Amino acid sequence: MALLEIENLHRRFGGLHAVNDVSFAVQAGQIKAVIGPNGAGKTTLFNLVSGALVPSSGVVRFQGREIQGRRPFEIAARGMARTYQNIKMFTGMTALENVMVGCHLQGRAGFLASMLHAPWIWEEELEIRNKSMELLELLEIADYAHIEATSLAFGQQRAVELARALAMQPALLLLDEPAAGLNIYETAEVGRLISKIRDMGITVLLVEHDMSLVMDISDEIVVLCFGEKIAEDLPLAIQQNPDVIRIYLGE
Amino acid sequence: MTTELFVQYLFAGITYGSIYAIVAIGFNIIYNTTGIINFAQGEFVMLGGMIAISLLPLLPLPLAIAAAVGLTMIIGALIEMIFIRWLKSPSVLRMIIITIGISILTREAAVHIWGENIRALPYFVGNEISTIGILGARISPQVLWVVGVCGVMVAILHLFFQTSSVGREMRACAANRMAAILCGINPRNMVTLSFVLSAGMGALAGCVMSPITYSQYDMGTGLAIKGFTVAILGGLGNSGGAVVAGLLLGAIEAFSVSVVPLAFKDAISIAILLVILFVRPHGIFGSGEAARLKAF
Repeated sequence: MALLEIENLHRRFGGLHAVNDVSFAVQAGQIKAVIGPNGAGKTTLFNLVSGALVPSSGVVRFQGREIQGRRPFEIAARGMARTYQNIKMFTGMTALENVMVGCHLQGRAGFLASMLHAPWIWEEELEIRNKSMELLELLEIADYAHIEATSLAFGQQRAVELARALAMQPALLLLDEPAAGLNIYETAEVGRLISKIRDMGITVLLVEHDMSLVMDISDEIVVLCFGEKIAEDLPLAIQQNPDVIRIYLGE
Repeated sequence: MTTELFVQYLFAGITYGSIYAIVAIGFNIIYNTTGIINFAQGEFVMLGGMIAISLLPLLPLPLAIAAAVGLTMIIGALIEMIFIRWLKSPSVLRMIIITIGISILTREAAVHIWGENIRALPYFVGNEISTIGILGARISPQVLWVVGVCGVMVAILHLFFQTSSVGREMRACAANRMAAILCGINPRNMVTLSFVLSAGMGALAGCVMSPITYSQYDMGTGLAIKGFTVAILGGLGNSGGAVVAGLLLGAIEAFSVSVVPLAFKDAISIAILLVILFVRPHGIFGSGEAARLKAF
């Protein structure tokens, strides 16, 4: 059974078929990329999977259970983490605190109980702090742990966002253009981090424009064009697929 | 002005100031998670005092206060669940009108339950005439209770927001709602929690102030206006600013009595509110840029 299965997914905005009968599966342990020209429906697809949008029809199955139409925080709590194209940091919090918020799903007393003895749950707090610190070390930004996240460089903020997503201990990580706005060095760096995350056993589904990154790290690639899936294959095969070459380079 | 008189006025200012600060922080907690001003904030203070007074024949004073705070927190949660939780992305204006409605409703319910009588909790220590001498001024011990309890509340709240995971989630929700949702946080729970917190703070303030200021069904409106002035003065959402602004307003009111008649006390704070709204709507300590980014 695949970790994520998308079956005959449709999403219409008025007369526009933003996502039209798309089906594919993401196997556990792989990095799968979704590519396509602007307006191909990649981000809409992501929004449908993560619950930000409700599909017009079709099924999204995550870990064997249908999740379409569920609310985003419920889907997140089931083990699907997501990052956005434009980085969403918690302003006024340090990098470490940002990651610590991501830990909140892990084994904690109910929210009222936790509020009542809140400041005194030092042990759990310490555990969360240590775990978050480890994640920052893993993503090689531990030096910036106590700096306010929004004042970090863009590439570092991206790493903080990845650490925060990992803090949720997700089974699946959705990355919406992780290289957007990064220079080529930072892009290569993010690529390396994503491979590292995959090697930890976390499945990754990403949308990306940067072809060198996609070809470098993906195990499989899905190509969308005008809301429809036109190819799904290994990176090398995609590079040689005549349909894909046509939509990217024209006739 | 003699030293004694100065200290006397100063303590009066600090007493009222800390109550204003608590009400303003109540505004801020809800404002930070929802972007709305809860104009029923003053009613929580009224409810805390009134419920404690009603429970007093049944329970010893500390228990009556604890029960009153607990009940007011439950009422705060219910108000949020009944009137706000189920709304689908309501506009700020609509939410504000709803909270004004809640405030009127609560006040009317209170007048039916408790009538129009002015009541008070007994002094926690001593009675009306016991005083402590500080630098020649005579201070009621209750004043120290008010200042102490408000101070401890602010400190605990600060710890809660800075060092507990729930507090951090509430901050996260206020800072970036979308990112909080992505971390699996249900923002609606955070909104309920913010009502519970500010109801509890308001109620406790209502209990400790009751012996000095008395409790009456309609005391909430005046407090809400003062608290709102302080919240704006300190910069909406900025609780550190609210403490400073609260003490400032309390002191201005107290010292104004030595210059103008007592009846002008409220006029002064409302004049300050107007001036701030005209000249510096983001408050003394708030940043204009942050204010522009907020919905209100």
